[in-house]
Amino acid sequence: MALASSKEAAAPARPPSGTPSRGFWSSTLGKKTVMAVSGLIMLGYLVAHVAGNLKVFFGPEEFDGYAHWLRVMGAPVLHHEWALWIVRIVLLAAVGAHAVSAYQLSRRDVRARPTRYAHRRKGSSYATRTMRWGGIIVGLFIVWHVLDLTTGTVHPGGFEQGKPYQNVIDTFSTWYGNTIYIVAMLAVGLHVRHGFWSAAQTLGAGSARRDRALRLVANGLALALTAGFIAVPVGVMTGVVN
Amino acid sequence: MKLNLRVWRQKNDAAEGAMATYQVDGISPDMSFLEMLDTLNEDLILRGEDPVAFDHDCREGICGACSLVINGDAHGPERTTTCQLHMRSFRDGDTVDVEPWRASAFPVVKDLVVDRSAFDRIIQAGGYVTAPTGAAPEAHATPVPKADAESAFEHAECIGCGACVAACPNGSAMLFTSAKVNHLNVLPQGAPERETRVLDMVARMDAEGFGGCTLTGECATACPKGIPLPSISAMNREWLRARRKAKG
Ligand code: HEM
Ligand code: SF4
Ligand code: FES
Repeated sequence: MALASSKEAAAPARPPSGTPSRGFWSSTLGKKTVMAVSGLIMLGYLVAHVAGNLKVFFGPEEFDGYAHWLRVMGAPVLHHEWALWIVRIVLLAAVGAHAVSAYQLSRRDVRARPTRYAHRRKGSSYATRTMRWGGIIVGLFIVWHVLDLTTGTVHPGGFEQGKPYQNVIDTFSTWYGNTIYIVAMLAVGLHVRHGFWSAAQTLGAGSARRDRALRLVANGLALALTAGFIAVPVGVMTGVVN
Repeated sequence: MKLNLRVWRQKNDAAEGAMATYQVDGISPDMSFLEMLDTLNEDLILRGEDPVAFDHDCREGICGACSLVINGDAHGPERTTTCQLHMRSFRDGDTVDVEPWRASAFPVVKDLVVDRSAFDRIIQAGGYVTAPTGAAPEAHATPVPKADAESAFEHAECIGCGACVAACPNGSAMLFTSAKVNHLNVLPQGAPERETRVLDMVARMDAEGFGGCTLTGECATACPKGIPLPSISAMNREWLRARRKAKG
């Protein structure tokens, strides 16, 4: 509320600072919706990805065979690797949309609160900060991960297309491969934990009654993804996968 | 009681401000936080200094005029308004930091007073009903399901104080706007403007320069009226629904 008395103290009332826009993308809620939908698409992919990764525990034939199937998926309707390329394009679009909306919203948020309180409370922006830093870590990881195990550009061993089992073992035989991967998976876990629940709120699925269930699913998903992904380097390190 | 106060002093909206330290003596635990500031101001006036400017009106927790971030908490350590916060929540000899609401959409006017007219403009954008109201109608004339009535009452409790914005690390006004939107959107009286209300109020909120919501929940923790965090999701639901309707 604005009091008449607060105005006479000094300056005249500020004019409205902007013209309202009805556009979807120019709205903070529109950008959040893009962020939530793209996040959920990536989340769906991660669930499929972790399930596929765990096949590494059944040996090279099954794991490499699975990788081969990914390339003939959809055949004979689809040409070789078409399905895979469709998935890649959708994911690329999701990562791009997610990163752009995250960047624009974060800039706006920082501008909306330029002055800090002299008396600072601990932890008040924990979720916001972990989402931003965690998101950046995950983004950098995705780049490294593609260069490592898809293109082989930064792969430590003799990278061989079609031999993912051996490639995975090579990556997780280096200390930095393990470190980067495990740190990134912890970041993914934290990101999904707040992200899944947030996406539900953004898309209007949140309510007092459903809150516990949503948080439970978010925590469960985060835990399952992180544990499932980390199982692979741990498997290599302990010699279970060799 | 005796307190060591550190208060934000700023001459006007253009001046640089700074924290200033004051000793306040003779505080009773039964005083409200604002009465404690009155005590300080009486002292400052007697000494010929400029009293500390702060907003207040009803002093009974219903108008939304009082503000103040006290030791980093909007409205201080208890879940109530600053005018209803009593000095028994502090201990003799405490150092207490008092700051204005911080958000670029709420510029400081003087000392602890900020301009909250951005909220008024959000209300003007759609926080009303267009049906002619006249005298209070017969209560049974328009039946309202109990759950809807309760939701409307819960959201109508918002006094527009702005603590939610002050507490938010992004300076977001989503809790306030959601309280206002949900209050009218669940009622039959608010139905004619159900879509335009949420679209216009959200657009105005964005235009005022408030930040986006990252769902940290600081707002709902600070709110003296207990507007709950899921209200934001309920408004998002209304917004998405209104966009779909506007299209098709
Ligand atoms: C390119 C790398 C990524 C970046 C830079 C990033 C950044 C962010 C940021 C900053 C937020 C919160 C921003 C806000 O609400 O204002 C966020 C939310 C979210 N992220 Fe990510 N993220 C990335 C990758 C991922 C991945 C791989 C997933 C898939 C699991 C994901 C899922 C989500 C979800 C579901 C949300 C919540 C959306 C909402 O609040 O409605 N993100 N991301
Ligand atoms: S939602 Fe709560 S904190 Fe925000 S303006 Fe309303 S009463 Fe104040
Ligand atoms: S002065 Fe009215 S609510 Fe505090």
